[in-house]
Amino acid sequence: MSIRKVRQHPTQNEALLFERSSPGKRGYQLPSLDVPPVDAAAVLGADNVRPEIAGFPEVSEVEAIRHFTRLSTWNYAIDHGMYPLGSCTMKYNPRINELVARIDGLAWAHPYQPEALSQGCMEVMARLESILAEITGMDAVTLQPAAGAHGELTGILLIRAALEQKGNPRKKVLIPDSAHGTNPATAAIAGYAVENIRSSPRGTIDLAELERAVTEDVAALMVTNPNTLGVFEENIVEASEILHRKGALMYMDGANMNALVGIARPGDFGVDVMHLNLHKTFSTPHGGGGPGGGPVAVKKLLEPFLPTPRLKRSGKKWAYDYKRPKSIGKVKAFYGNFGVLVRALAYILAHGGEGLRNATLDAVLNANYIRKSLEAHYDLPYQAPNMHEVVFSDERQARRGVRTGDIAKRLIDYGFHPYTVSFPLIVHGALMIEPTETEGKLELDQFIEAMVSIAKEVETDPELVLKAPHTTRTSRVDEVTAARRPVLRWKPAKSDSKAAD
Amino acid sequence: MRYLPKSQSERHEMLAACGVQNPEDLFSHLPESARLKRPLDVPPGISEYEIVDYFHSRAAECANGYASFLGAGVYRHYRPVLVDTVVSRGEFLTAYTPYQAEISQGTLTHIFEFQTMIAQLTGMDVANASMYDGSTAVPEAAMMASRVVGRPGVAVAKSLHPEYREVLRTFARHQGMPVAEFGYDQATGQVDLEDLERNLNDQTAAVIVQSPNFFGVVDQVKAAADIAHRRGALLVVVFTEAVSLGLLAPPVDADIVAGELQSFAIAPSYGGPYAGVIATKERFIRQMPGRLVGETIDSRGNRAFCLTLSTREQHIRREKATSNICTNQALIALMATVFMTVYGKQGLRELAEQNLAKAHYLSSKLKPRFSGPFFNEFVATVADPEALNKALLKKKIIGGLTLGRFYPELKDAMLVCATEMTKREEMDLVGQALSPTQKAEAL
Repeated sequence: MSIRKVRQHPTQNEALLFERSSPGKRGYQLPSLDVPPVDAAAVLGADNVRPEIAGFPEVSEVEAIRHFTRLSTWNYAIDHGMYPLGSCTMKYNPRINELVARIDGLAWAHPYQPEALSQGCMEVMARLESILAEITGMDAVTLQPAAGAHGELTGILLIRAALEQKGNPRKKVLIPDSAHGTNPATAAIAGYAVENIRSSPRGTIDLAELERAVTEDVAALMVTNPNTLGVFEENIVEASEILHRKGALMYMDGANMNALVGIARPGDFGVDVMHLNLHKTFSTPHGGGGPGGGPVAVKKLLEPFLPTPRLKRSGKKWAYDYKRPKSIGKVKAFYGNFGVLVRALAYILAHGGEGLRNATLDAVLNANYIRKSLEAHYDLPYQAPNMHEVVFSDERQARRGVRTGDIAKRLIDYGFHPYTVSFPLIVHGALMIEPTETEGKLELDQFIEAMVSIAKEVETDPELVLKAPHTTRTSRVDEVTAARRPVLRWKPAKSDSKAAD
Repeated sequence: MRYLPKSQSERHEMLAACGVQNPEDLFSHLPESARLKRPLDVPPGISEYEIVDYFHSRAAECANGYASFLGAGVYRHYRPVLVDTVVSRGEFLTAYTPYQAEISQGTLTHIFEFQTMIAQLTGMDVANASMYDGSTAVPEAAMMASRVVGRPGVAVAKSLHPEYREVLRTFARHQGMPVAEFGYDQATGQVDLEDLERNLNDQTAAVIVQSPNFFGVVDQVKAAADIAHRRGALLVVVFTEAVSLGLLAPPVDADIVAGELQSFAIAPSYGGPYAGVIATKERFIRQMPGRLVGETIDSRGNRAFCLTLSTREQHIRREKATSNICTNQALIALMATVFMTVYGKQGLRELAEQNLAKAHYLSSKLKPRFSGPFFNEFVATVADPEALNKALLKKKIIGGLTLGRFYPELKDAMLVCATEMTKREEMDLVGQALSPTQKAEAL
């Protein structure tokens, strides 16, 4: 078939920086020195001075820009098209957010500059805190955690501190089998044993199973809502009551908050503490894997334990409050990923309350449209209504020897980034698709067309799918060898190595 | 809402395909008690112009046009234009974590170059793809050392950045990781080696020192390594001023290096986002936290890169993972990579030499408290440092960090920093702002 979205075009080859280097090439010029030079060996001691940085690159400015530009053309990105990674919420990243984060007074603000000269930064943070509290229905927010997993850890430490104060931090954290891998890893780092709980046949929390699991040893349940199937936990309020009756708390992983903003608030359905992923729901760019932002929102009972410092109003000014005797301490130096916070606030200001809700409506509409359009072609293991994402399985295609990972690779040939592969674990051979609200109908239709076409190829020519991708400049990568004999840095070929470093 | 790319008629078409009338119908399965029954209390959306205006107004409430002598883990270095040119490319900015290697070679390649350059700079065998920041890299390094050595505790220098120590304590508290602190020599500002000895025992997995340390003093890495190794512990060396590595001997005696790369063209941005990193010896890589990119080939035999050794990580190992971290700071690490590329082997050295020269000029105005060698910042003894800072603010200069908050014994001192962006006349103004008593001290 003809593929509407893409056709091939050449990309440049490019060597590594180290292979482009040649002694004496330079891309910099320093200002002339307005103070007397000093002899490094004399002031530092000869032993403290290095002879050179062996192997470090030496390239010109034009080579540098071509190098990185060429590399960039080897990436797929949101700016190219739909990025339907389930649970990752890859939505459009407005460029205005980049611009405002670079305004001098914000970008060059030093975290230790006087509070009197930081009021604008503090106001930005205070405003974001209060809006996030409103969106989540919680009482207080810390912006300090640097990413989602970091927020999770902060949240579990808060629970631990609150229980400890009551005399017993307890031993276990309950985690549904559909959860993200960060949840159990976080609980373990916070010093808890992890007990997995089985989902119901609908893929949601099984109240009977929960009732059985919640004992006086349980500190918390970590729940993702909507869960990783994209299904709203219909018994969330009852689940919260079961926990609270036994003195345990409910932690919510906010990875899927894009399905709820303006529609339902975790604080209203029994959640005690949760994190948000600013790089998902609030559109700060993923940047190829960071930076992120992982604010944590809490109910009043956990507020005294939040990381220091806290913003407080002092007359007409903002000030920092470090005297927080019950605080869990700091989880990161300074106040948080401020530049990310600026972008998230810019996103919120652009939408406004109604716009945020409309975004949620469209995100859920897009996922349901994909479900309707693909359910004739792919197995849908859970029939419950889905919200912002939909999870199929490769059951039908597996009969022809084609697995979810192969379909994903074939999707690349059609000009799309793959969906999330083999997750959640409760679905064998999962295809987890999250379109987000920033895809238009044309892009969605092309995606659907591609998925339908691949389903047909699986029937007629499975080899074509198994060997995909065919059109990328890099074909399937040998990950096994990479792990077996790790090469984690460039080294000069033996013949031209002058000095080992 | 301008970011929603659908016309009303397209929306209706799609709703019809889903068999519903209104978008709200798609939410009808939500339990009544869980629903928000009022609009969000967030003001209506505003235009691009209004957003720019709002943030310009906030920026105007901050320090603008001030010279600054603040360092203390966050440094003012010039950001070459190429840095934002490169990271603003949508192909880098709007890509996800490079799980799909075939269409992520751009990100994977620049991370591989990053890992290589960090290894070259630090004198370690390998570096990871970056961490959240320096402060969180420290507890990750401590936990890594604990796994390697099979002991629970760490001993940390009081001259490690105070906020880093706080973060370490937060992480350590619930992991059964005792944290001992050892002091600094009052004369040199370097690690007090005897106190270090006293704080080691057979449960110590790692000794953690910073160099240049929080006081700006180049510390005794070799001596600390010898002591740690003699007791069967690893040495973790922390750096916060990456530019120093252009000139200073790399901490080759360390087993793990944990650092902050903010100095490499990462804007101070009121404390983040930055990029931390962990580098180590080859034999410890399987205990290293964080993402790693490795070289391999594709099915056509071409060089290719991919994320590797992921069996250490949370999405595979869940509660048995080496860390709960599931991302790095790819875009920020790219800033550092472009910075290192622009300056290169010679430029980074010259840049470091300028920093050294500026700070030593500043030390002719303010008297260094410690005798240990310093790179681009030092502790100055100043009677009433708050008064000096106040006097400087009147000249639109932000003075040094007063140290009483972190070190009560240093309440008559401030930490000052000079970089290539510090002008001679600004330093001269500091000299002029000193009171007669302060001037007498500075002699």
